[in-house]
Amino acid sequence: MTLTFVLLTLAKILGFILVFCVILAAILTWVERKMSSIIQDRIGPNRAEILGFRAFGLFHPIADMIKSFTKEEFVPAGASKTLFFLAPAFALVPTLCAFAVVPFGPGDLVISNLDSGMLFVFAIMGFGIYGVTLGGWASASNFAMLGALRGAAQMVSYEVSMGLNVVGIFAVFGSVSLTAIVGAQGHLLWGWLPMWGIVVQPLGFVLFLVAAMAENKRAPFDLPEGESEIIGYFVEYSAMGFATFMLSEFLEVIVIACIAATLFFGGWQIPWLDPTGTAGGWITVAQVAFFAFKVLFLCWFQMLIRWTVPRFRYDQVMSLGWKVLLPLSLANILATAVVLALVV
Amino acid sequence: MVKVKVVERPPADLVVQSWLPELWKGMKVSGRHFFVNLLTQKGIVTSQYPEVKRAYPPRFRGKHRLMRREDGSVRCVACFMCSTACPADCISIVAGQRDDENEKFPVTFEVDFIKCVFCGMCEEACPCDAIRLDSGVHRAPAYTRKEELNGKEDLLSLGSLSVARQGGEFK
Repeated sequence: MTLTFVLLTLAKILGFILVFCVILAAILTWVERKMSSIIQDRIGPNRAEILGFRAFGLFHPIADMIKSFTKEEFVPAGASKTLFFLAPAFALVPTLCAFAVVPFGPGDLVISNLDSGMLFVFAIMGFGIYGVTLGGWASASNFAMLGALRGAAQMVSYEVSMGLNVVGIFAVFGSVSLTAIVGAQGHLLWGWLPMWGIVVQPLGFVLFLVAAMAENKRAPFDLPEGESEIIGYFVEYSAMGFATFMLSEFLEVIVIACIAATLFFGGWQIPWLDPTGTAGGWITVAQVAFFAFKVLFLCWFQMLIRWTVPRFRYDQVMSLGWKVLLPLSLANILATAVVLALVV
Repeated sequence: MVKVKVVERPPADLVVQSWLPELWKGMKVSGRHFFVNLLTQKGIVTSQYPEVKRAYPPRFRGKHRLMRREDGSVRCVACFMCSTACPADCISIVAGQRDDENEKFPVTFEVDFIKCVFCGMCEEACPCDAIRLDSGVHRAPAYTRKEELNGKEDLLSLGSLSVARQGGEFK
Protein backbone atom coordinates (compact mmCIF):
# COMPACT_ATOMS: atom_id res chain seq x y z
CA MET A 1 0.00 0.00 0.00
CA THR A 2 2.57 2.59 1.08
CA LEU A 3 5.10 1.62 -1.59
CA THR A 4 2.44 1.74 -4.30
CA PHE A 5 1.32 5.12 -2.98
CA VAL A 6 4.87 6.49 -3.06
CA LEU A 7 5.50 5.14 -6.55
CA LEU A 8 2.18 6.48 -7.85
CA THR A 9 2.85 9.91 -6.35
CA LEU A 10 6.33 9.97 -7.85
CA ALA A 11 4.88 9.01 -11.22
CA LYS A 12 2.33 11.82 -10.97
CA ILE A 13 5.00 14.35 -9.96
CA LEU A 14 7.17 13.22 -12.87
CA GLY A 15 4.34 13.25 -15.38
CA PHE A 16 2.53 16.42 -14.41
CA ILE A 17 5.17 18.76 -12.97
CA LEU A 18 8.45 17.68 -14.53
CA VAL A 19 7.21 16.65 -17.95
CA PHE A 20 4.08 18.69 -18.63
CA CYS A 21 4.74 21.91 -16.71
CA VAL A 22 8.51 22.35 -17.03
CA ILE A 23 8.59 21.44 -20.71
CA LEU A 24 5.59 23.68 -21.31
CA ALA A 25 7.45 26.49 -19.55
CA ALA A 26 10.44 25.96 -21.86
CA ILE A 27 8.13 25.99 -24.87
CA LEU A 28 6.40 29.12 -23.55
CA THR A 29 9.69 31.02 -23.87
CA TRP A 30 9.53 30.14 -27.56
CA VAL A 31 5.80 30.92 -27.75
CA GLU A 32 6.37 34.31 -26.17
CA ARG A 33 9.01 35.34 -28.69
CA LYS A 34 7.22 33.85 -31.66
CA MET A 35 3.86 35.27 -30.65
CA SER A 36 5.20 38.75 -30.02
CA SER A 37 6.87 38.69 -33.42
CA ILE A 38 3.86 37.65 -35.43
CA ILE A 39 1.63 40.09 -33.54
CA GLN A 40 4.14 42.78 -34.57
CA ASP A 41 4.28 41.49 -38.20
CA ARG A 42 7.73 39.96 -37.80
CA ILE A 43 8.89 36.37 -38.24
CA GLY A 44 10.68 35.80 -34.96
CA PRO A 45 13.43 33.36 -33.99
CA ASN A 46 14.02 30.69 -36.66
CA ARG A 47 17.80 30.37 -36.94
CA ALA A 48 18.73 27.64 -34.45
CA GLU A 49 19.04 24.42 -36.40
CA ILE A 50 19.95 20.82 -35.81
CA LEU A 51 21.21 18.94 -38.89
CA GLY A 52 19.56 21.47 -41.14
CA PHE A 53 16.16 21.26 -39.42
CA ARG A 54 14.88 24.51 -38.04
CA ALA A 55 11.40 23.47 -36.80
CA PHE A 56 10.07 27.04 -36.72
CA GLY A 57 12.70 28.03 -34.16
CA LEU A 58 11.65 25.35 -31.65
CA PHE A 59 15.32 24.59 -30.98
CA HIS A 60 15.87 28.04 -29.51
CA PRO A 61 14.87 26.96 -25.97
CA ILE A 62 17.49 24.17 -26.24
CA ALA A 63 20.11 26.67 -27.40
CA ASP A 64 19.16 28.97 -24.52
CA MET A 65 19.52 26.09 -22.09
CA ILE A 66 23.00 25.13 -23.35
CA LYS A 67 24.03 28.76 -23.18
CA SER A 68 22.81 29.26 -19.60
CA PHE A 69 24.49 26.08 -18.41
CA THR A 70 27.85 26.93 -19.91
CA LYS A 71 27.98 30.65 -19.16
CA GLU A 72 30.00 32.09 -16.29
CA GLU A 73 28.09 32.47 -13.04
CA PHE A 74 29.06 36.00 -12.07
CA VAL A 75 28.81 37.23 -8.49
CA PRO A 76 29.12 41.01 -8.09
CA ALA A 77 31.58 42.42 -5.58
CA GLY A 78 29.99 43.04 -2.20
CA ALA A 79 27.19 40.56 -2.83
CA SER A 80 26.01 38.23 -0.10
CA LYS A 81 27.15 35.02 -1.74
CA THR A 82 24.98 32.43 -0.05
CA LEU A 83 21.77 34.37 -0.44
CA PHE A 84 22.74 35.30 -3.98
CA PHE A 85 22.83 31.63 -4.95
CA LEU A 86 19.79 30.68 -2.86
CA ALA A 87 17.46 33.38 -4.19
CA PRO A 88 16.67 31.75 -7.57
CA ALA A 89 15.77 28.54 -5.76
CA PHE A 90 13.47 30.52 -3.46
CA ALA A 91 11.74 31.79 -6.56
CA LEU A 92 11.48 28.43 -8.31
CA VAL A 93 10.58 25.94 -5.58
CA PRO A 94 7.31 27.54 -4.33
CA THR A 95 6.10 27.81 -7.91
CA LEU A 96 6.74 24.12 -8.50
CA CYS A 97 5.04 23.24 -5.18
CA ALA A 98 1.86 25.05 -6.16
CA PHE A 99 1.20 22.42 -8.86
CA ALA A 100 0.86 19.77 -6.17
CA VAL A 101 -2.80 20.48 -5.40
CA VAL A 102 -4.04 21.09 -8.95
CA PRO A 103 -6.35 18.26 -10.03
CA PHE A 104 -5.34 17.57 -13.64
CA GLY A 105 -7.80 14.72 -14.02
CA PRO A 106 -10.73 13.06 -12.29
CA GLY A 107 -10.42 10.88 -9.22
CA ASP A 108 -6.86 10.23 -8.06
CA LEU A 109 -5.25 12.33 -10.79
CA VAL A 110 -4.00 14.96 -8.38
CA ILE A 111 -0.63 14.83 -6.65
CA SER A 112 -1.91 15.78 -3.21
CA ASN A 113 -5.64 16.03 -2.54
CA LEU A 114 -5.37 18.57 0.30
CA ASP A 115 -8.56 19.77 1.97
CA SER A 116 -6.99 23.21 2.26
CA GLY A 117 -6.31 23.22 -1.53
CA MET A 118 -6.55 26.85 -2.57
CA LEU A 119 -5.28 28.11 0.80
CA PHE A 120 -2.16 25.99 0.30
CA VAL A 121 -1.66 27.63 -3.09
CA PHE A 122 -1.89 31.09 -1.56
CA ALA A 123 0.42 30.17 1.29
CA ILE A 124 3.06 28.66 -0.97
CA MET A 125 2.82 31.41 -3.58
CA GLY A 126 3.40 33.93 -0.81
CA PHE A 127 6.89 32.45 -0.51
CA GLY A 128 7.68 33.58 -4.05
CA ILE A 129 8.30 37.03 -2.67
CA TYR A 130 11.43 35.75 -0.87
CA GLY A 131 13.13 34.98 -4.15
CA VAL A 132 12.47 38.51 -5.36
CA THR A 133 13.54 40.38 -2.25
CA LEU A 134 16.53 38.16 -1.44
CA GLY A 135 17.75 38.26 -5.02
CA GLY A 136 17.48 42.04 -5.07
CA TRP A 137 19.08 42.54 -1.69
CA ALA A 138 21.91 40.02 -2.07
CA SER A 139 23.05 41.54 -5.37
CA ALA A 140 24.36 44.67 -3.62
CA SER A 141 23.09 46.78 -6.49
CA ASN A 142 20.81 49.78 -6.25
CA PHE A 143 18.81 48.90 -9.33
CA ALA A 144 18.26 45.36 -8.10
CA MET A 145 17.21 46.68 -4.68
CA LEU A 146 14.76 49.10 -6.30
CA GLY A 147 13.31 46.27 -8.38
CA ALA A 148 13.03 44.05 -5.32
CA LEU A 149 11.22 46.76 -3.34
CA ARG A 150 8.80 47.38 -6.19
CA GLY A 151 8.26 43.64 -6.58
CA ALA A 152 7.62 43.14 -2.86
CA ALA A 153 5.16 46.02 -2.64
CA GLN A 154 3.34 44.88 -5.76
CA MET A 155 3.09 41.24 -4.75
CA VAL A 156 1.86 42.04 -1.26
CA SER A 157 -0.80 44.43 -2.55
CA TYR A 158 -2.15 42.12 -5.21
CA GLU A 159 -2.09 39.03 -3.02
CA VAL A 160 -4.82 40.68 -0.94
CA SER A 161 -7.26 41.22 -3.78
CA MET A 162 -6.33 37.90 -5.40
CA GLY A 163 -7.28 36.11 -2.19
CA LEU A 164 -10.51 38.07 -1.83
CA ASN A 165 -11.48 37.42 -5.45
CA VAL A 166 -11.72 33.69 -4.99
CA VAL A 167 -13.76 33.98 -1.77
CA GLY A 168 -16.80 34.25 -4.05
CA ILE A 169 -15.84 30.91 -5.61
CA PHE A 170 -15.45 29.37 -2.13
CA ALA A 171 -18.89 30.68 -1.17
CA VAL A 172 -20.61 29.37 -4.29
CA PHE A 173 -19.04 25.90 -4.28
CA GLY A 174 -18.83 25.58 -0.50
CA SER A 175 -15.22 24.36 -0.30
CA VAL A 176 -11.61 25.46 -0.55
CA SER A 177 -10.44 22.06 -1.81
CA LEU A 178 -9.66 22.28 -5.52
CA THR A 179 -10.90 18.73 -6.12
CA ALA A 180 -14.24 19.56 -4.48
CA ILE A 181 -14.51 22.81 -6.46
CA VAL A 182 -13.94 20.98 -9.75
CA GLY A 183 -16.45 18.33 -8.75
CA ALA A 184 -19.05 20.97 -7.94
CA GLN A 185 -18.55 22.59 -11.36
CA GLY A 186 -19.99 19.46 -12.99
CA HIS A 187 -23.49 20.54 -11.92
CA LEU A 188 -25.83 22.14 -14.40
CA LEU A 189 -27.70 25.42 -13.89
CA TRP A 190 -31.34 25.24 -14.97
CA GLY A 191 -30.60 21.81 -16.38
CA TRP A 192 -28.40 22.91 -19.29
CA LEU A 193 -25.76 25.51 -18.38
CA PRO A 194 -22.53 24.06 -16.91
CA MET A 195 -22.01 25.69 -13.53
CA TRP A 196 -18.45 26.79 -14.23
CA GLY A 197 -16.82 29.45 -12.11
CA ILE A 198 -16.82 31.95 -14.96
CA VAL A 199 -20.60 31.58 -15.31
CA VAL A 200 -21.38 32.21 -11.64
CA GLN A 201 -18.47 34.60 -10.94
CA PRO A 202 -17.71 36.54 -14.17
CA LEU A 203 -16.47 39.65 -12.34
CA GLY A 204 -14.48 37.42 -10.01
CA PHE A 205 -12.70 35.88 -13.01
CA VAL A 206 -11.71 39.24 -14.52
CA LEU A 207 -10.45 40.53 -11.16
CA PHE A 208 -8.63 37.26 -10.46
CA LEU A 209 -6.87 37.34 -13.81
CA VAL A 210 -5.77 40.96 -13.36
CA ALA A 211 -4.55 40.35 -9.81
CA ALA A 212 -2.81 37.12 -10.77
CA MET A 213 -1.00 38.72 -13.70
CA ALA A 214 0.04 41.60 -11.45
CA GLU A 215 1.32 39.13 -8.89
CA ASN A 216 3.31 37.37 -11.58
CA LYS A 217 5.03 40.70 -12.34
CA ARG A 218 4.59 40.35 -16.10
CA ALA A 219 3.59 43.11 -18.51
CA PRO A 220 1.54 45.27 -18.18
CA PHE A 221 2.58 44.99 -14.51
CA ASP A 222 6.30 44.39 -15.10
CA LEU A 223 7.39 47.34 -12.99
CA PRO A 224 9.82 45.30 -10.85
CA GLU A 225 11.49 44.24 -14.10
CA GLY A 226 10.97 47.24 -16.37
CA GLU A 227 13.36 46.28 -19.18
CA SER A 228 13.72 49.86 -20.34
CA GLU A 229 14.47 51.38 -16.95
CA ILE A 230 15.82 49.38 -14.01
CA ILE A 231 15.99 45.77 -15.34
CA GLY A 232 14.93 44.71 -11.89
CA TYR A 233 15.81 42.40 -9.07
CA PHE A 234 17.74 39.95 -11.32
CA VAL A 235 19.87 42.57 -13.03
CA GLU A 236 23.09 41.17 -11.50
CA TYR A 237 22.30 37.56 -12.34
CA SER A 238 23.86 35.76 -15.26
CA ALA A 239 23.70 32.23 -16.62
CA MET A 240 21.62 29.70 -14.71
CA GLY A 241 20.61 32.07 -11.89
CA PHE A 242 18.91 34.33 -14.37
CA ALA A 243 17.50 31.36 -16.28
CA THR A 244 15.97 30.06 -13.04
CA PHE A 245 14.23 33.37 -12.41
CA MET A 246 12.93 33.34 -15.97
CA LEU A 247 11.80 29.74 -15.69
CA SER A 248 9.93 30.45 -12.47
CA GLU A 249 8.22 33.41 -14.16
CA PHE A 250 7.01 31.21 -17.00
CA LEU A 251 6.04 28.47 -14.56
CA GLU A 252 3.97 31.03 -12.73
CA VAL A 253 2.14 31.75 -15.97
CA ILE A 254 1.26 28.05 -16.06
CA VAL A 255 0.29 28.06 -12.36
CA ILE A 256 -2.09 30.94 -13.00
CA ALA A 257 -3.48 29.15 -16.04
CA CYS A 258 -3.93 25.94 -14.00
CA ILE A 259 -5.61 27.70 -11.07
CA ALA A 260 -7.83 29.80 -13.35
CA ALA A 261 -8.79 26.69 -15.34
CA THR A 262 -9.57 24.84 -12.11
CA LEU A 263 -11.54 27.59 -10.38
CA PHE A 264 -13.30 29.24 -13.31
CA PHE A 265 -13.29 26.83 -16.27
CA GLY A 266 -14.30 23.60 -14.60
CA GLY A 267 -10.88 21.95 -14.34
CA TRP A 268 -11.01 18.62 -16.18
CA GLN A 269 -14.79 18.82 -16.64
CA ILE A 270 -16.07 18.37 -20.17
CA PRO A 271 -19.56 19.93 -20.30
CA TRP A 272 -22.44 17.42 -20.16
CA LEU A 273 -20.04 14.47 -20.10
CA ASP A 274 -19.40 12.36 -17.02
CA PRO A 275 -19.54 15.10 -14.32
CA THR A 276 -18.54 12.76 -11.49
CA GLY A 277 -15.36 11.59 -13.23
CA THR A 278 -15.99 7.90 -12.61
CA ALA A 279 -16.29 6.69 -16.20
CA GLY A 280 -12.61 5.80 -16.67
CA GLY A 281 -11.04 4.64 -19.92
CA TRP A 282 -10.91 6.99 -22.88
CA ILE A 283 -13.24 9.49 -21.20
CA THR A 284 -10.63 10.05 -18.48
CA VAL A 285 -7.96 10.57 -21.14
CA ALA A 286 -10.24 13.08 -22.89
CA GLN A 287 -10.82 14.91 -19.61
CA VAL A 288 -7.08 15.19 -18.90
CA ALA A 289 -6.53 16.40 -22.47
CA PHE A 290 -9.33 18.93 -22.09
CA PHE A 291 -7.71 20.26 -18.92
CA ALA A 292 -4.41 20.59 -20.79
CA PHE A 293 -6.24 22.42 -23.56
CA LYS A 294 -7.75 24.89 -21.08
CA VAL A 295 -4.31 25.50 -19.54
CA LEU A 296 -2.77 26.10 -22.97
CA PHE A 297 -5.59 28.45 -23.92
CA LEU A 298 -5.19 30.49 -20.73
CA CYS A 299 -1.41 30.67 -21.22
CA TRP A 300 -2.04 31.96 -24.75
CA PHE A 301 -4.55 34.46 -23.41
CA GLN A 302 -2.06 35.82 -20.87
CA MET A 303 0.53 36.20 -23.63
CA LEU A 304 -1.99 38.05 -25.78
CA ILE A 305 -2.65 40.51 -22.94
CA ARG A 306 1.08 40.84 -22.35
CA TRP A 307 1.73 41.86 -25.97
CA THR A 308 -1.29 44.15 -26.20
CA VAL A 309 -1.09 46.41 -23.18
CA PRO A 310 1.72 48.87 -22.47
CA ARG A 311 3.29 49.06 -19.02
CA PHE A 312 1.58 50.95 -16.19
CA ARG A 313 3.23 53.70 -14.26
CA TYR A 314 4.17 52.57 -10.77
CA ASP A 315 1.68 54.77 -8.90
CA GLN A 316 -1.02 53.59 -11.31
CA VAL A 317 -0.27 49.98 -10.42
CA MET A 318 -0.58 50.73 -6.71
CA SER A 319 -3.77 52.75 -7.03
CA LEU A 320 -5.29 50.10 -9.30
CA GLY A 321 -4.55 47.48 -6.69
CA TRP A 322 -5.76 49.30 -3.60
CA LYS A 323 -8.38 51.71 -4.91
CA VAL A 324 -10.01 49.66 -7.67
CA LEU A 325 -9.39 45.93 -7.34
CA LEU A 326 -9.81 45.73 -3.57
CA PRO A 327 -13.20 47.55 -3.37
CA LEU A 328 -14.44 45.64 -6.41
CA SER A 329 -13.47 42.29 -4.88
CA LEU A 330 -15.20 43.24 -1.62
CA ALA A 331 -18.30 44.28 -3.59
CA ASN A 332 -18.13 40.99 -5.47
CA ILE A 333 -18.08 39.05 -2.18
CA LEU A 334 -21.02 41.10 -0.86
CA ALA A 335 -23.07 40.57 -4.03
CA THR A 336 -22.31 36.85 -4.02
CA ALA A 337 -23.33 36.56 -0.38
CA VAL A 338 -26.60 38.43 -0.95
CA VAL A 339 -27.50 36.31 -3.99
CA LEU A 340 -26.62 33.10 -2.14
CA ALA A 341 -28.70 34.16 0.87
CA LEU A 342 -31.71 34.92 -1.33
CA VAL A 343 -31.52 31.95 -3.71
CA VAL A 344 -30.21 29.04 -1.68
CA MET B 1 3.31 85.08 -33.59
CA VAL B 2 3.49 81.35 -34.08
CA LYS B 3 0.11 79.81 -34.60
CA VAL B 4 -0.47 77.10 -32.03
CA LYS B 5 -3.08 74.49 -32.79
CA VAL B 6 -4.53 73.21 -29.55
CA VAL B 7 -5.44 69.55 -29.84
CA GLU B 8 -8.37 68.59 -27.67
CA ARG B 9 -7.69 65.62 -25.46
CA PRO B 10 -10.26 62.88 -25.97
CA PRO B 11 -12.67 62.87 -23.03
CA ALA B 12 -11.66 60.37 -20.36
CA ASP B 13 -15.20 59.22 -19.64
CA LEU B 14 -16.16 56.27 -17.54
CA VAL B 15 -16.02 53.86 -20.50
CA VAL B 16 -12.37 54.75 -21.18
CA GLN B 17 -11.44 54.89 -17.52
CA SER B 18 -12.95 51.53 -16.72
CA TRP B 19 -10.18 50.30 -19.02
CA LEU B 20 -11.70 46.98 -19.97
CA PRO B 21 -13.48 48.08 -23.19
CA GLU B 22 -10.27 49.71 -24.38
CA LEU B 23 -8.33 46.57 -23.48
CA TRP B 24 -10.82 44.54 -25.49
CA LYS B 25 -10.28 46.82 -28.52
CA GLY B 26 -6.52 46.38 -28.26
CA MET B 27 -6.82 42.62 -27.86
CA LYS B 28 -8.94 42.50 -31.02
CA VAL B 29 -6.17 44.24 -32.96
CA SER B 30 -3.34 42.08 -31.65
CA GLY B 31 -5.51 38.96 -31.95
CA ARG B 32 -6.26 39.80 -35.58
CA HIS B 33 -2.56 40.23 -36.36
CA PHE B 34 -1.83 36.97 -34.53
CA PHE B 35 -4.29 34.85 -36.45
CA VAL B 36 -3.77 36.49 -39.85
CA ASN B 37 -0.01 36.07 -39.61
CA LEU B 38 -0.25 32.60 -38.10
CA LEU B 39 -2.50 31.25 -40.84
CA THR B 40 -1.54 33.24 -43.94
CA GLN B 41 1.67 35.18 -43.11
CA LYS B 42 0.07 38.01 -45.06
CA GLY B 43 1.16 40.91 -42.88
CA ILE B 44 4.76 39.83 -42.26
CA VAL B 45 7.20 42.42 -43.58
CA THR B 46 10.48 40.74 -42.60
CA SER B 47 12.71 39.47 -45.41
CA GLN B 48 15.02 36.56 -44.62
CA TYR B 49 18.16 38.51 -45.41
CA PRO B 50 21.11 36.25 -46.17
CA GLU B 51 18.91 33.83 -48.12
CA VAL B 52 16.59 36.35 -49.74
CA LYS B 53 18.27 39.52 -50.94
CA ARG B 54 16.41 42.61 -51.92
CA ALA B 55 16.91 43.66 -55.53
CA TYR B 56 18.77 46.94 -55.85
CA PRO B 57 16.94 49.70 -57.70
CA PRO B 58 18.02 50.07 -61.35
CA ARG B 59 19.85 53.33 -60.71
CA PHE B 60 21.88 51.89 -57.82
CA ARG B 61 25.49 53.07 -57.94
CA GLY B 62 27.91 50.31 -57.02
CA LYS B 63 31.61 49.80 -57.71
CA HIS B 64 33.05 51.43 -60.80
CA ARG B 65 33.74 49.41 -63.90
CA LEU B 66 35.90 50.29 -66.86
CA MET B 67 34.29 49.57 -70.25
CA ARG B 68 36.02 47.95 -73.23
CA ARG B 69 36.17 48.68 -76.93
CA GLU B 70 35.17 46.12 -79.54
CA ASP B 71 38.76 44.89 -79.75
CA GLY B 72 38.84 44.38 -75.99
CA SER B 73 41.15 47.23 -75.10
CA VAL B 74 40.17 49.83 -72.53
CA ARG B 75 37.94 52.68 -73.72
CA CYS B 76 39.45 55.21 -71.36
CA VAL B 77 41.60 57.84 -73.08
CA ALA B 78 43.11 59.20 -69.84
CA CYS B 79 41.56 62.65 -70.27
CA PHE B 80 41.37 63.18 -66.47
CA MET B 81 37.79 64.53 -66.70
CA CYS B 82 36.64 62.04 -64.07
CA SER B 83 39.41 62.69 -61.60
CA THR B 84 38.85 66.43 -62.06
CA ALA B 85 35.13 66.12 -61.45
CA CYS B 86 35.59 63.82 -58.47
CA PRO B 87 34.64 65.71 -55.28
CA ALA B 88 36.39 63.13 -53.10
CA ASP B 89 39.55 63.07 -55.14
CA CYS B 90 39.62 59.31 -55.19
CA ILE B 91 40.61 58.62 -58.83
CA SER B 92 44.28 58.67 -59.75
CA ILE B 93 45.36 58.07 -63.36
CA VAL B 94 48.75 57.81 -64.99
CA ALA B 95 48.49 58.37 -68.74
CA GLY B 96 50.49 56.72 -71.54
CA GLN B 97 50.66 56.76 -75.38
CA ARG B 98 48.86 54.05 -77.30
CA ASP B 99 50.94 52.26 -79.94
CA ASP B 100 48.18 51.55 -82.45
CA GLU B 101 46.65 54.99 -82.79
CA ASN B 102 47.22 58.58 -81.81
CA GLU B 103 45.41 58.36 -78.49
CA LYS B 104 46.24 58.16 -74.80
CA PHE B 105 45.37 55.30 -72.46
CA PRO B 106 45.59 54.85 -68.67
CA VAL B 107 48.73 53.03 -67.58
CA THR B 108 47.27 52.88 -64.10
CA PHE B 109 43.71 53.71 -63.12
CA GLU B 110 43.11 53.53 -59.40
CA VAL B 111 39.91 54.17 -57.45
CA ASP B 112 40.30 54.48 -53.69
CA PHE B 113 37.06 53.09 -52.26
CA ILE B 114 37.82 54.51 -48.83
CA LYS B 115 37.49 57.99 -50.28
CA CYS B 116 34.81 57.36 -52.89
CA VAL B 117 31.32 58.67 -52.04
CA PHE B 118 29.61 56.98 -55.03
CA CYS B 119 28.20 60.29 -56.26
CA GLY B 120 28.47 59.35 -59.95
CA MET B 121 30.11 62.60 -61.05
CA CYS B 122 32.92 60.68 -62.83
CA GLU B 123 30.35 58.74 -64.82
CA GLU B 124 28.67 61.98 -65.92
CA ALA B 125 31.97 63.69 -66.74
CA CYS B 126 33.32 60.84 -68.89
CA PRO B 127 33.16 61.72 -72.63
CA CYS B 128 33.88 58.14 -73.78
CA ASP B 129 31.42 56.02 -71.77
CA ALA B 130 34.53 54.45 -70.25
CA ILE B 131 33.64 54.53 -66.54
CA ARG B 132 30.31 53.43 -65.17
CA LEU B 133 28.96 52.81 -61.67
CA ASP B 134 26.27 50.36 -62.74
CA SER B 135 28.13 47.14 -61.87
CA GLY B 136 25.64 46.40 -59.09
CA VAL B 137 28.53 45.21 -56.89
CA HIS B 138 28.42 46.55 -53.38
CA ARG B 139 31.60 47.96 -51.94
CA ALA B 140 32.72 45.25 -49.52
CA PRO B 141 34.64 45.98 -46.33
CA ALA B 142 38.30 44.99 -46.32
CA TYR B 143 40.95 44.23 -43.73
CA THR B 144 43.68 46.49 -45.14
CA ARG B 145 43.68 49.90 -46.78
CA LYS B 146 45.51 48.42 -49.75
CA GLU B 147 42.63 46.12 -50.57
CA GLU B 148 40.37 49.16 -50.88
CA LEU B 149 42.59 50.53 -53.64
CA ASN B 150 41.17 49.00 -56.86
CA GLY B 151 43.42 49.12 -59.90
CA LYS B 152 42.76 48.98 -63.63
CA GLU B 153 42.56 45.18 -63.80
CA ASP B 154 39.97 45.01 -60.98
CA LEU B 155 37.82 47.65 -62.61
CA LEU B 156 38.16 46.09 -66.06
CA SER B 157 37.17 42.69 -64.72
CA LEU B 158 33.77 44.15 -63.83
CA GLY B 159 33.56 45.91 -67.20
CA SER B 160 32.05 44.85 -70.49
CA LEU B 161 31.81 45.91 -74.11
CA SER B 162 30.42 49.34 -74.86
CA VAL B 163 29.08 50.03 -78.35
CA ALA B 164 28.92 53.79 -77.96
CA ARG B 165 31.03 55.65 -80.52
CA GLN B 166 34.39 56.52 -79.19
CA GLY B 167 34.46 60.22 -78.39
CA GLY B 168 30.93 60.33 -76.98
CA GLU B 169 29.24 61.66 -80.11
CA PHE B 170 25.46 61.45 -80.24
CA LYS B 171 23.94 59.85 -83.28
